[in-house]
Amino acid sequence: MNKDIIATIKENVIQGRKTQEDVGIDDSLEGAPGVVELMQQALESNISPQVIITKGLTAGMQVVGEKYSTKEYFIPDMLASAEAVGAAMDIMKPVLESANVETKGKFAIATVKGDIHDIGKNIVAILLKGAGYEVHDLGTDVPTEKVVEFVREEKPGYLGLSALLTTTMTEMGVVIKALEENKLRSSVKVLIGGAAVSDEFAQEIGADAYCADAFDAVRVLDGCQQTG
Amino acid sequence: MPRKGILVDRPYERLTREQVELIHQASMQILTDPGLISFNREAVDILHSHGAAVESIAGDHQSWQVKIPEQVVLSAIDSAPKTVKLGARNPDNTLIMHGDEPRVYLVTGSETNIWLDVDFPTYVNKADPTREIRMPEFKPRRGTVDDLCQSAHVCEHLEMVDGYIRTVNIQDRDITEENKDVNKFFASLNNNTKHFMSGLTSLKQLDNVVRMAELIAGGKKALEDNPIISFITCLVKSPLQFVDDTTDTFIEVCRRGLPIVVSSSPQAGTTAPIREAGIMAQINAEVLAGITLGQLVKPGTPVLYGSVPVRARMDTLGDSYGSVETSQYNIDCVQMARFYGLPNYSTSGVCDSKIPGQQSSIERLFSDIVVAMSGPQYLHCAFGLLDCNSVFCLLQAVLDDAHFKMIELFLRQPRIDQTELEAVLKQIREVVATPQKLYIGYIRPVLRSGEISGLYPFEGGGEADDVFELAYERMKELLARPVEHIDPETTARIFEEIPGVLPRLNIYERGD
Ligand code: B12
Repeated sequence: MNKDIIATIKENVIQGRKTQEDVGIDDSLEGAPGVVELMQQALESNISPQVIITKGLTAGMQVVGEKYSTKEYFIPDMLASAEAVGAAMDIMKPVLESANVETKGKFAIATVKGDIHDIGKNIVAILLKGAGYEVHDLGTDVPTEKVVEFVREEKPGYLGLSALLTTTMTEMGVVIKALEENKLRSSVKVLIGGAAVSDEFAQEIGADAYCADAFDAVRVLDGCQQTG
Repeated sequence: MPRKGILVDRPYERLTREQVELIHQASMQILTDPGLISFNREAVDILHSHGAAVESIAGDHQSWQVKIPEQVVLSAIDSAPKTVKLGARNPDNTLIMHGDEPRVYLVTGSETNIWLDVDFPTYVNKADPTREIRMPEFKPRRGTVDDLCQSAHVCEHLEMVDGYIRTVNIQDRDITEENKDVNKFFASLNNNTKHFMSGLTSLKQLDNVVRMAELIAGGKKALEDNPIISFITCLVKSPLQFVDDTTDTFIEVCRRGLPIVVSSSPQAGTTAPIREAGIMAQINAEVLAGITLGQLVKPGTPVLYGSVPVRARMDTLGDSYGSVETSQYNIDCVQMARFYGLPNYSTSGVCDSKIPGQQSSIERLFSDIVVAMSGPQYLHCAFGLLDCNSVFCLLQAVLDDAHFKMIELFLRQPRIDQTELEAVLKQIREVVATPQKLYIGYIRPVLRSGEISGLYPFEGGGEADDVFELAYERMKELLARPVEHIDPETTARIFEEIPGVLPRLNIYERGD
């Protein structure tokens, strides 16, 4: 029975069905419970959160990732699955907290001051949430002081900065400097991304990593998890 | 005398009159429900004082929900000029656009970060080392002010380029946010005598670039009569938002009465509905909202209905300029602009492909042909642009020019009338009566008249595909041809009066 619920959660993640109203890849699951409804059942049946995460959600996302790399799936499929996982994580948050289970960590993301491009930033936020991170989206055109304040108050382990203009990418360096001045730099790993920036630029301004796309971001952060 | 452009005889239309009207009505509904979100205070005040309902929205950035009544939009459409003139340093390069006349001007564009260099290294066949071929190799690097000069120079000589939008973003070490605008304007205007259009990096530089244009045109009044520069702003962020800083720029340009493109670039799938009816109703509402604001700032401001609708790529959610839907949306927009009688700025030719080659040729030609056939007045047809607008390659621009020559010939009006038919019937009777029965003798009168299309200009000999190498030769040839620079006196005044222009751009001080 438990196994069935977990397998069904996994299948629904693969199909990108957050709730029972959602359409999947095919119509085999039409009208059946989606990830949100199944999560309630799973928790009521006292299945451990770890099992739900590893055997259901993460296992499902793994398959989705594979399908994306073989071009069977596209970004809208990825996002639907990530959103389903994100919703599951929200449901599990209180359970995880009371059981003292550690999440993968807090990730804050912002488009820097002067820049309003946010499609890429939003994709990164959704995928990282789907990958199990606690994501805080600070929005677009975010002043440096606001980023620094968030890092000071909320202590995220990771900070993502997005810039698409050559005129605003320099703001990323400004943020990193401000973090240094406020003695916060070592508390947070800084990832940067966006059309204007590159690996070299990340090194130039002292960011921890440049990410070409949202999958890169998941890879880099998961890499940080392993190296501790 | 203005440039000829390509007059499209019977423009291709996708939408029926009824569908055009349905889109119009849907856009009008959108402008009152949900209306727009403006992050710009001044725009809100202006629209409010003309009857728009305004409500403040809570959040980090101040913003307002603005509902624009249909009547306000309709009277703005009324007051927007139906004919727009874009001047040029060389008056023969003037562009005159009538909203109801499908005369297409072809224009470059637009500000890529990457410039693609080309080289032709030789490769040796491993199995038979006596056999060698030269293959193009493309190397990307960040664009510089010298690149912008070069591209302006070559585009001056490309026959089919009617106007110049800056092609590459200048990222030299000595270029800052403050001096970027004056340098991109000077580099372009000094190497090209066609109309120049650009976005603005910093609003603070608006008066400097306008002053530069006045010096070149011969004074304030002369610039009014011959607007050698114009602007493009993305004041709209889809869906339905007025951005704070670009809206400031837009309002200031309108105040100065210089021509401006109100452009919106929604992406079907992400920032607009994936369905054609949805993206069309939305983009039309967005552009009309911008035009309305512009006309309220200064009635009669020359505006172009600017449309850059694209479909999202499903693998990255980046823009897919190469998709067939992108061309369809652009053609629909041409029809909407024509419905309002406003000159249209439309887009074609940008491709998804990262380097020149088969994919880039197919993607760009496809949209260049179909969108040109619909008859937009100002076609940003992306000479040389690759990789969804991220890369500019001058070699590709040279190829595009040749291909547009073919499109121009294709689109000319058929010459079939009574006189013509009488003449050819006579020919037929004469030839049929001769022993050889060949019409060859009748070719020569039309051979050099420009009436018949030429050979593909980059056709190589034998089996080899020499297109790139021949186009590269042509590019070098065009670069070696002189261009008419701004005269020494005006140049001296520009360097005296306009702060920030890089001394190395002064060709008279450099001694070449
Ligand atoms: C869509 C778009 C817009 C839309 C934005 C809509 C929106 N909601 O974001 C609008 C029309 C509003 C717009 C406005 C402008 N734009 Co614009 N825009 C684009 C465009 C075409 C696509 C960007 C995009 O969304 N891509 C799709 C997403 C999925 O990709 P992405 O953003 O790169 O994100 C991915 C990765 O980069 C990475 N990533 C991104 N951020 C981060 C952050 C982190 C932490 C990580 C880990 C990863 C990561 O992961 C993402 C997902 O895979 C680009 C062209 C381009 N080649 O990028 C121009 C472009 C960026 N824009 C440009 C310009 C000039 C402007 C304007 C200044 C135009 C003007 N003159 O008014 C204004 C800017 C106003 C401002 N103050 O910001 C230029 C910039 C050139 C330059 N100077 O650097 C570009 C390059 C276009 C061009 N060639 O001219 N733009």
